[in-house]
Amino acid sequence: MDVNKDFIPDFPGDIYKDDTGKTNFIVTSVDSIANWARSNSLWPLSFGTSCCAIELMSTVSAKYDWSRFGFEVMRASPRQCDLIIVAGTITYKMAPVLKRLYNQMPEPRYVIAMGACAISGGPFFYNSYSVVKGVDNIIPVDVYIPGCPPRPEALIHGMMTLQNKIKNSKAYVIENPKKEENE
Amino acid sequence: MENNNNIPIDDLTEEFVVNIGPQHPSTHGVLRLQATLDGETIKDLLPVLGYIHRGIEKMTESLGYKQSIYLTSRMDYLSAHINNQACSLAIEKGMQIEVPERAKAIRIIMAELQRLTSHELWWGSCAMDLGAVTPFFLAFRDRERILDIFEGNTGNRLTMNYITPGGVMFDVLPNFASSIKELLVKVKEHLKEYEELITGNVIFQHRLKGVGILPRELAISMGCTGPVARASGISCDVRKYHPYDGYDKLDFKEIVIDGCDSWARYKVRMEEMKQSIHIIEQLIHNIPEGEFRAKVKGVIKLPVGEYYQRVETARGELGVYIVSDGGNKPYRMKFRAASFSNLGALKPITVGAKIGDLMASMATIDLVIPDIDR
Amino acid sequence: MTKEELKTYLVQIFPSNKVDETFDFPLMFVDKSELLSVAQKLKDSPETQFDFLFCQTAVDRIPNLEVVYHLSSINFKHDMVLKVVLEDRETPEVPSVYSFWKAAELYEDEIFDMFGIRFSNHPNLRRIMLGDEWPGFPLRKDYKDDINIVSL
Repeated sequence: MDVNKDFIPDFPGDIYKDDTGKTNFIVTSVDSIANWARSNSLWPLSFGTSCCAIELMSTVSAKYDWSRFGFEVMRASPRQCDLIIVAGTITYKMAPVLKRLYNQMPEPRYVIAMGACAISGGPFFYNSYSVVKGVDNIIPVDVYIPGCPPRPEALIHGMMTLQNKIKNSKAYVIENPKKEENE
Repeated sequence: MENNNNIPIDDLTEEFVVNIGPQHPSTHGVLRLQATLDGETIKDLLPVLGYIHRGIEKMTESLGYKQSIYLTSRMDYLSAHINNQACSLAIEKGMQIEVPERAKAIRIIMAELQRLTSHELWWGSCAMDLGAVTPFFLAFRDRERILDIFEGNTGNRLTMNYITPGGVMFDVLPNFASSIKELLVKVKEHLKEYEELITGNVIFQHRLKGVGILPRELAISMGCTGPVARASGISCDVRKYHPYDGYDKLDFKEIVIDGCDSWARYKVRMEEMKQSIHIIEQLIHNIPEGEFRAKVKGVIKLPVGEYYQRVETARGELGVYIVSDGGNKPYRMKFRAASFSNLGALKPITVGAKIGDLMASMATIDLVIPDIDR
Repeated sequence: MTKEELKTYLVQIFPSNKVDETFDFPLMFVDKSELLSVAQKLKDSPETQFDFLFCQTAVDRIPNLEVVYHLSSINFKHDMVLKVVLEDRETPEVPSVYSFWKAAELYEDEIFDMFGIRFSNHPNLRRIMLGDEWPGFPLRKDYKDDINIVSL
């Protein structure tokens, strides 16, 4: 399997549709239960390059405990996690490493860009020759958390935003069927 | 593998190269160590840097002096106050500014509190590298209390920019002294707990004693400073020999141990935490009244020449070398980082040892990688 | 020895080299052909004992390049600065002081990476931070990078 090619799945809801083109209530219930389960047990990858990693460690520890939201274990291997929190500056030398880690994560996978450096290069936007100006030039980002560094409460707010986004997503459900050509 | 032909056992194995990092579960940062291994014994070690090289020295050539101080907090982010202090002292030296007494006392208190937080985090992550997870949570308990004081007085928990040329940015809150007195009582209690938990623990003593021996001549030749050098018998505390900001009027001991191994480096840092508490206690009872900042012009211009200022951060000696051509931007600003020379000592002390010993040595040398790469 | 005593000592022992001072330390200019013999004398002589190299860097003064060494002594706690001026910008080369102070290994790798100055007799000279394929040497004053550097 070529790890560099992006995996584009066929939409799985098609096989469950009925005569009107929509999916029935069993599929919608299964979908919402799956979303609820996924959002309440996201396991992040331990990936911190610079100063924001220290605020990430503060969020892990006992005062701002994040395991009460389901982020129980921080895995070291990307094959076993489904969330990558990019905390810190990404340079041109580190960018291929980040892309390879992202490719190794199994689907469905989510990305949070934490801190000003990951959103747009931050204080290093002008006058720096080796900083990638924003991690969304490399991998697709779901939630942006501003701050330099963002407080632990801000990180928890970002994670709860991601949980809401997952709960409202629709993987198998079709609500507006596409019009066929001969209709 | 069957040894049918009586080949000597060493020729049956072969060496292979393993990359430790740049993404790994320890908390030091993005360092890649290319280790050539024979079984579990390390034959050669090559550090590859540059994964967090942000070009700070080139950036200072296009920013003014006040903006460059903002960047120094992000280099060794665990000693952010002390980095700002180094840059401010270099600028004050060039412009011949006299800092008021109140500002000097506040600067020393903030710097010593910062040293306490840095050593607490070192203690937690050192124990975590060796396998124990509980000390990590215990260390952050104390660290969060000190960060509450920082946040109330300066506005930020990690990258403060509070110490500026001329003094400090704002005055401290009225309950500064009383909140620190309460905090120090708790920290002293917890330090006794830590001594029982890790220092008196047989497993940690066996993991650290006799591991990673750095002889005195090698430490001098490699340019090591800070706790790494003081654990090899070299007396080199910048606060004693080149004092700044009023350290010469305070009474504190310089901790020098002759052990040369990881256990000595561990003990030096634990004793330094107690000395930091002693320094804060001398100052907190009578902070002098007065101004908190001397008057400084809006645009800072240093006279032509070269200036060098050294301070003692939690990791060693930080040097700021400014070459000025009279304009409002520095011609060249170089930061002599403490972890850069300490990294050079990693290879000679781990060649021939096992991977577990490499982790113990790296945990006690206490590297912060953005300080190395700048 | 204090700064003034060190200056008189240096003028006495090395009469053919120019001795000056910066704000904090005495300064001596050295030609690159006699760098190794001067370094040997400064390290071994019992009055100075400069056995600690605490900073080595380079400065781009157009049109010359300068390599700056900051030396210190553990026993006497005095410091001085040595400078080597290079006129050649295309292929600058300086002998390495790795045999006297092992700290020079990483410092010289960094100077090679940022300025392009080669050091002879270095055990393993490599571009330690930017990698081998990076075009140009960033800390020189004539480094142009219009894509990444947005000048204010």
